[in-house]
Amino acid sequence: MIAQLLFFLLAVTAIAAALGMLIARNPVSSALWLVLNLFCIAGLYLTLQASFLGVIQVLIYAGAIMVLFLFVIMLLNLEALPHPRQIDWGKVLAFVVTMIVLAQLVYVVALGLDVLPTFVATPEQAAVTGSAQALGRELLTRYIMPLQVIGILLLAATIGAVMLAKRRFI
Amino acid sequence: MEITLNWYLALGVVLFTLGVLGVLFRRNAIVILMSVELMLNAVNLTLVALSQAMGDVSGQVLVFFVISVAAAEAAVGLAIVIALFRKKVTVDVGEFNLFRY
Repeated sequence: MIAQLLFFLLAVTAIAAALGMLIARNPVSSALWLVLNLFCIAGLYLTLQASFLGVIQVLIYAGAIMVLFLFVIMLLNLEALPHPRQIDWGKVLAFVVTMIVLAQLVYVVALGLDVLPTFVATPEQAAVTGSAQALGRELLTRYIMPLQVIGILLLAATIGAVMLAKRRFI
Repeated sequence: MEITLNWYLALGVVLFTLGVLGVLFRRNAIVILMSVELMLNAVNLTLVALSQAMGDVSGQVLVFFVISVAAAEAAVGLAIVIALFRKKVTVDVGEFNLFRY
């Protein structure tokens, strides 16, 4: 009972926070709504017994990435963009495209409803597969090559970001 | 009522759609980048749910890599936004027409 309550509480808060991010006019409040959403998703990872990823989500997403976003917003000293006066047909088209994407996703999930596994793993097994120990063993044996590629990618991204943000680049 | 895998997949669908809506609706380049992060998170949620349901660690390793790539993407994307802001003094994506002759 408590698990269902927790799931629905976190899910509703996550959706409400995502809507708040879309609706908020000020970019700073958009970013803070997204932080709330990321915390809710971290909580959902914990309800799935994926404790390691829950911690990583809070540390990297809600911690590092969102601080980067807030830092840039405040560095550029952004105000809310002015409202367009006339009705925008591009937004109507965007809404239609979004509904098509939604319909497609719902169709795919509905197709899979019959073949989806019910939770095969018991909660005890799930707690084992979600632990830092199991993930670390896989990362450092079977996935050691992708792990090193990710390291090089992060280095390249750091150098690229510094180059792009330099004053004389553009 | 048991919370099954379907509920997590449905939540992933809703969050992904809201991310698509944000990318297409908003004009602020930084909010568009944040919407992309929301979409990545929706997919991560489905990956973790499936991985935990099947009792297989590989899905969570993939989520770990997705989070790393998202961090790299955010850093480079925000650097591009800063460079564009220096040139145009706005982050409205409707104002960016640097490739127009």
